[in-house]
Amino acid sequence: MSLTIEIVKQKLKSKFAEQVSAFTEPYGMLTFEAPKEINLKVLNFLFDDEELNFRFLTDLQAVHYPDQKGRELVVVYHLHNLKDNLRIRFKVFTDINTPDVYTATGLFSAANWMERETYDFYGVNFVGHPNLKRILNVEEMDYFPMRKEFPLEDQTRIDKDDEMFGRG
Amino acid sequence: MKEHEHIRLPQGSIEKTTTTLNLGPTHPATHGVFQNILELDGERIVSAEQTIGYIHRAFEKLAERRPLYQVTPLTDRLNYCSSPINNMGWHLTCEKLLNIKTPKRVDYLRVIIMELARIADHLICNSIVGVDAGAYTGFLYVMQYRELIYEIWEEVCGSRLTTTIGRIGGFERNFNDIAFQKLEKFLKEYPNVLKEFINLFERNRIFIDRTQNTGGISAERALNYGFTGPNLRATGIDYDVRVHTPYSSYQDFDFKIPVGTTGDNYDRWQVRNEEMWQSLSIIEQAYRKVQEFKGAGADVFHADAPEYYLPEKEDVYTKMEALIYHFKIVMGEINIPVGEVYHSVEAGNGELGFYLISDGGRTPYRLHFRRPCFIYYQAFEELTKGGMMSDAIMTMSSLNLIAGEMDA
Repeated sequence: MSLTIEIVKQKLKSKFAEQVSAFTEPYGMLTFEAPKEINLKVLNFLFDDEELNFRFLTDLQAVHYPDQKGRELVVVYHLHNLKDNLRIRFKVFTDINTPDVYTATGLFSAANWMERETYDFYGVNFVGHPNLKRILNVEEMDYFPMRKEFPLEDQTRIDKDDEMFGRG
Repeated sequence: MKEHEHIRLPQGSIEKTTTTLNLGPTHPATHGVFQNILELDGERIVSAEQTIGYIHRAFEKLAERRPLYQVTPLTDRLNYCSSPINNMGWHLTCEKLLNIKTPKRVDYLRVIIMELARIADHLICNSIVGVDAGAYTGFLYVMQYRELIYEIWEEVCGSRLTTTIGRIGGFERNFNDIAFQKLEKFLKEYPNVLKEFINLFERNRIFIDRTQNTGGISAERALNYGFTGPNLRATGIDYDVRVHTPYSSYQDFDFKIPVGTTGDNYDRWQVRNEEMWQSLSIIEQAYRKVQEFKGAGADVFHADAPEYYLPEKEDVYTKMEALIYHFKIVMGEINIPVGEVYHSVEAGNGELGFYLISDGGRTPYRLHFRRPCFIYYQAFEELTKGGMMSDAIMTMSSLNLIAGEMDA
């Protein structure tokens, strides 16, 4: 019998009870969240359970919601069960002042660079990561550029002397 | 003795028995801006550390201020060996978010373009593997057929490398006769060329010795590393997005997923060759299906989605609605529905995913690209450790790493 969204939901609920919440299915992909303290427990359960078998980490990234106090940053895992071909999305919210989330590198080697990228752009501190340093930006950078408080340059600004590129 | 005093060597460097070698960022054999800090014992690699990000252009940040249609040119510059797949992937993501249904003819035309792009991508990669083994001929020989593919794209969209081909909802114009003629020419001539290209290498002793048992990886490790595309299939796992989550009517086509066994450089090379044959077959099937559309059906090249599909210039000058939509689209004054969507396509080197979050504004709230080679390049150390340095070069080219995609 192939795996369905309902089974995944039931299994998660019976294992973690109230701790997993906010089940939705935007565009047919099961999405849910859990507190950041148990993110590894959830990932482990999804990985190891014989029926669930979510052993492929498709993607990992963060999103910044500056207006949600206490849950400003969210780390999003896209997991894939290749055998039954089912994808799910798992979210872990964290506040921006202590953005500590346990690393998934122990489960997925692929998470190594994905977490470094997430750290690089959002400043999520992955606790236990073997080599958490910047990956795409220069190492001297002292801010996290994808956060919403860093807007892109105003396209209409005129104070810049930039003859080479046709401005000013 | 005095002379030596002002030579300052790093601590421990005298006692060290290994050599540190900087391979890249601008090295002719790296085909792109990659830096590898190799620790060598003689010619054997003890450890490798990759540094990336030299051409990072902050596409994800830039996309947060652009209306959907303006993100397309950014996707061109990810994997620039097969930009049309990236463009289509992005359009398909938008269509999924906006609930636009594309007509069958559009799907088939897209399949033709995407499979041509796959051939162009694999062609480059496989012939470069040959170049790195010392065989330049194959590379030069197949280039004229990549050129022909570029000419087809040029007929369809006007540009060759960074194509920005198509629109949300379809194509900007119908394919003209020259495009189809060139496609027919390609379908007629390319099989022989590919056969000759494969004959050059397949049973070549030197090539086999250089590629077999180098850069291999087990299926389990490849999965754990998030490998996708030909690199994963070379290890024996038949995961292909075109089959697992069909998009653009791929379910209408009959094709096979070639797999390897050892996941080494030779298997990767073979898998790509076989995929080119499969792509050719898909193109032939799609072309036949496209020809079945007659009369008014043959003029369909986009979906009916006036809010997002840029109208034809002629209509803008003569019709009121077209003018309004043209203005709204160009000025980016159309709100995107709230939602979050993940969509992926089988790009030249793996699963290219787009994770798009919209908060109801005019631009994406967050856009993340799942770039396949960013994810599998981290396995480079494991692939090359203990091997010869010259094999590491082969491994690098046979992984099909594209700096533009990796650094986004």
